[in-house]
Order: sequence, then structure tokens, then C-alpha cells
Amino acid sequence: MPRIDSAAELEELRKGILSKRDPNKPYIAICAGMGCHGLSNDRIITAFEEEVKKQDLKKKVDIRATGCHGFCEKGPIVVIYPEQICYVEVMPGDVPEIVSQTVLGKKVIDRLIYTDPNTGEKAAHQSEIPFYKNQMQHLINNNTKIDPKSIDDYLAIGGYSALSKALLEMSPEQVLEEIKKSNLRGRGGGGFPAGKKWETARNAPGEEKYVIVNSHEGELGAFMDRAIFMGNPHSVLEGLIIGAYAIGSHQGFIYTRHDTPQLKNNIDIALAKAEEYGLLGENILGSGFNFNVEVHFDIGIFVSGESSALMKSIEGKNPEPRAKYIRTSVRGIWEKPSNLNNVETWANVPLIINKGSEWYASIGTERSKGTKLISLSGNIVNTGVAEVPFGTTIREIIYDIGGGIPNGKKLKAVHFGGPMGGSIPESYLDTPLDFDELAELGAPIGAGSMLVLDEDTNMVDVIRFFLDFLSNESCGKCVPCREGIRQMLKIVTNISEGNGREGDIQLLEEISEVAAAASLCALGKTASDPLLSTLRYFRDEYEANIK
Amino acid sequence: MENKKIDRIINKYQGKPNSLIQVLLEIQSENHWLPKEALDRVSKKLNVPLSQIMQIATFHNTFSLIPKGRHEVHVCTGSSCHVRGSTRLLDAVQELIGIRPGETDSDSKFSLDTSNCLGCCNLGPEIIVDGKHHGKVTPAKAEDVLKNYE
Repeated sequence: MPRIDSAAELEELRKGILSKRDPNKPYIAICAGMGCHGLSNDRIITAFEEEVKKQDLKKKVDIRATGCHGFCEKGPIVVIYPEQICYVEVMPGDVPEIVSQTVLGKKVIDRLIYTDPNTGEKAAHQSEIPFYKNQMQHLINNNTKIDPKSIDDYLAIGGYSALSKALLEMSPEQVLEEIKKSNLRGRGGGGFPAGKKWETARNAPGEEKYVIVNSHEGELGAFMDRAIFMGNPHSVLEGLIIGAYAIGSHQGFIYTRHDTPQLKNNIDIALAKAEEYGLLGENILGSGFNFNVEVHFDIGIFVSGESSALMKSIEGKNPEPRAKYIRTSVRGIWEKPSNLNNVETWANVPLIINKGSEWYASIGTERSKGTKLISLSGNIVNTGVAEVPFGTTIREIIYDIGGGIPNGKKLKAVHFGGPMGGSIPESYLDTPLDFDELAELGAPIGAGSMLVLDEDTNMVDVIRFFLDFLSNESCGKCVPCREGIRQMLKIVTNISEGNGREGDIQLLEEISEVAAAASLCALGKTASDPLLSTLRYFRDEYEANIK
Repeated sequence: MENKKIDRIINKYQGKPNSLIQVLLEIQSENHWLPKEALDRVSKKLNVPLSQIMQIATFHNTFSLIPKGRHEVHVCTGSSCHVRGSTRLLDAVQELIGIRPGETDSDSKFSLDTSNCLGCCNLGPEIIVDGKHHGKVTPAKAEDVLKNYE
């Protein structure tokens, strides 16, 4: 493959790819995301490959092992295009029938389509299934259309057109301005405006600057970044290169999970292909802009997702955070300005450049723009990844998309943001998904995990669980975090075992105040957030166990 | 672990000292633990003091300084698995194989560890054996899963 050296060559290549593709040619999209992987989807992929070979259909049917479709609960998922017939819980034994009946015969197999457990209604097409119907997808929808290992698939859906536009038609200042106007806020947990962060890094003194993709995704119950990065790695990479151009960086880092070989593999292939096509390396698209990317892995420790700790890890040191009197966007890796954004934030960038900041800012609420990927887990009917515009109410997410609570149970609370997040009770379900509104309720969105808790849940036990997790994951560098969490855990454990003492709640509040004020990084600063949110809404559960 | 294999991994990173963590990770994933001889070699080749290597190797749970069993069993103790009963599942697994998290049994058959969320919450509670996920495992079903490993 010769490298692409101009916008015209890129479009020519795209045309070439599309001209070889027949939009009416059937293709089978088999979900190869994490959830379906855990359900042995490899057997389904092999079965389809064998069946297509057996029936000698290689020229008539395409097979794609795609990224996560989001509907993990009903995996393994298989979608037959162009009709978009969606089959759920597919077993290898179903495969010959799917090929002959649906792919060739265009008939729907009733047994394999989705049935709504509440109404008994059946839905043959993806767009009719309530889980999908109630979403607004701008990021995850491409997952079903591409093989993450194929750059041609990404080009076929318009990939790298935003990069071409940014590098060849816009100045770095214009790109930055566009991101600022879009009001894109960081998806990793802080919700800090991405454009502002980029600007700080851009204006920071020094020639050498770095950009980083944070794909650590350590938040418990969060798996949307994996869904995007594994399923559509080029979209994240495209966003990263555009960001680097705006900031004036020529070296990028991807910091990702060591324990997900499929993710690593897809990233490696994407980087190699992008380089081969001239989308990475020297003189990208003939623009004169140079940019390279290095991949680094976390080592299974929660705190390495924190920006300053992550940067230490990239330097080859232990991921211990530092106090951030000076932001990492000014002084990060090797003391150089380093702009870090989360996977989902980067994935939004090509969208904004392509469709414009005005379009982007028209989605969402006043201060939270665009869509948000949510990982639904816990006591919920539909575990999975959903994408909704900001402003969607928590009730809509849980009931219309998530299908409600299993086993006829009632909802007790929804916990956002993992071990450093917070819970809201049932009475607040009509709150819209919004960075600021949820933060005010003491339950910040975090990276986007929503742990749904049913009426049987003991809230004190949930908090004990989170504190136990954090006390293991605290790096131990600063005392307020290391000792504070340990003492809070001790007291909460006593209470959960029915041995609470008078004054325990006050003591918890006092310790959490000190930890929040004096810890070095967010792990210690916000370790008590779940505790405080439950003291706010479920105080009676603590008091009931205090003698 | 043979020196040749260690050298191949080190050479891949062109001897850059900041690749220390990546080198250790590759040795760990190929060899399942970090033998002293391997660490000595890494120290020499990357020109990093052994004390610094030990600081890294003991900081992260992923690294093991003792040999692991033939099969690595992980019980997910993420938040979703927790509310779906992973505590009882972990108890059952400990009972079945007779070791606690972080330990390896005397026959070197199983090593047991807990793991934080792996993003397969649809499967919870789950056991992961040598990277293979076993979903919706009740304490009673755990025996069926583990008896298939020799």
C-alpha cells in the first residue's frame, strides 16, 4: 500500500475502497467485544467462517468480527446486514441455519430474535429493540460496521476525513477554537473542558510536548472505553493526532490495560496500518506535520489511571501521584507539557471537526454537551454499554434502555463513578445525566459506570466494599490517604457487622474531611465520596447498627 | 527462563531504561513469574539498579516473585460481581482448592487471585481460569468449572 500524501489521494483511496464494495452484499457482524468474548464468541466466529466455506459463499457474504455492540447481556450478538436483523444469545449450533435461512433466504428465525421480557413483544431488527431504540449513538454505532483490524473499513465509513480537514484546511488555532466552542468536557471523570486543557498545554513553555490517551479504565464496572478503543481504534487515534496538531505535539502515548490482549492487539494493528498509510509518522497527509505514538501498559494498579501517576509509569517508574500545584498539562512526562485525555474524549474529536462545534453543542444540556457512553452493571436486566445524550434522565437509562431491575425487585440506589463516586436514591431518578447536576447531588458521573442496586442491597456493605478496594489500591505515598482510608474502613466494617459505637459517624465525617483536604491525588481526596453520599441519603442504615 | 528469551524481550525495547515496566510485564506474561536470575539480567542489560527493579516488582500485584501454579484462577471482585455475590463465590473457590488469594497450592496446580473488574459485567459473578471466562458461576457451579483442570 503506497502512503497517502494529500487530501485528494485520501479521497481517491476511499473511493477505490467503496467502489469494490456492494452495499447490498450481505455481511455478518459478530460481536467480538469483551462481554461476548467472555461468552466464547470465538466459537461463533469460527462456526460462521466454516459454514461460509462449506457452502462456498466466500464471494457472496462478508464476515466481520466487530467491536462491542453494547448489548452485552444478550451476547453473543450477531447482526445480519443489510437488513440489520439482530440475533441474540447465538450458539454455534444456530450458525448453519442463520446462513441458509437468513443470509441467503432472507427469512427471520423467530427463535433467535429478541423478546422483551416485560411485554413479550418480539423485535427482529436492531433498531426496534428497546435497548438500542432509546439510545442516541454517534460513537458506538460504528462498531457494528467495521472490523477493528481493518483500516479500510474505517476509511469506508469516512474515517480520517476529520484529520485531513484539520491538517490541511485548518490552522492549529482554528482546531483548538472549534474544540473550545463545542464545550467538550473530559470523559475520564473530572469533566474538565478539553479545549481549555489543550490550550494550557499549547501555551505552556517548551518545544517538546506530549499527548496521551488514558485507556487505563480502572473504574469498577466501567467498560465503555474498551468497547470504543477495541471496536474502533482508529477513531481514537484520529482524535489524538488532531489534538496533537492543535497542541503542537509530535509524540503521543497510549496508556492501556495489560490484561486485555484483544485490546492491545487491535491497537497495535491500528498503529501499524496508520503508519503504513502515512497517517502517522513523518509529513502526515503531506501536511508537514509529524507525529508518532508509543504504547505503554498499566500493571493492574488502580492509581495508575490518575494523570500524574500515569505519567510516572510512562517514565518507567512506579505510578505514584504527585501534588498538582502545577498541572500536568504544563509539567507532565519528563517535566514536559503533557495533555492527557480519556479514550472517549479523544473519540469525540473527529466528530466535532467533521460536523462542527455548533452541531455538537446542540446535543445535551446547557453545560454538558454531546453524548455519553454509560456502562450499566449490577442489579439490572440489560448489562451493557449504552450511548445517550446528556440530559437523558437516569430513570430513562435504567428502565427504557436497561430494562429495569431483575427478579421483580425494586430499585434502591444508583451508584455512579465507581469507588470514588456516589449513590443517589430512587427518589432522584428523574435527575438528568449532567456533570454538574449529579455532582451537586454528591454522585459525580465519573467515567460513566452506573452500578444499579436493588432493594436487597445493604448500603453500608457497599461502602465497606469500596473502602476495602481503595485501601488496597492506595499507593501509600501520602498519609491522609493511606491511613485515612484504613481507619474509615475499620469503622465502616464495625458498623456493617453491627458493632458501631456512638460517635462513629462524626468520626467518619472528620476523617473524610482531612483526607479530602490533605491527600495528594484524587484517590485520597475523593475516597470518602461514596461514604458521604450514603451518609446523606441512607444515614438510617448506619444509625441502625450503632449501639 | 532462558537468557536468550530475556534478551529478545530487552532488545525489543532497544535497551531504553524507561521500558523497565514493559520488559518486566513481558517476562511476567511469558514466564508467569519473575525469577531472580531474570531480574539480574534485566538490571545488567538495561543498566537499572536491582533495587529500583525490586521497587517496581513488589509494588504491583501483577508481578509475582514466586512461581505460579499451572492454572491461574481469578475471581472477579469488581463492584457488579460483588453485588451479585462474588464474596460467597470466592469463599467457595477457596474451600475447593484450599488456598487463599495470592497463594499457590502445594502441587503447583492452581494459583488463586482476586481481580478487579475486567469489563465483563454481563457474566458476573465470574471466574477466569487462564484467561478463559466462566460466567454466572454460583458457589455450587464453581466445582464443575474447576474440576476440568489438571
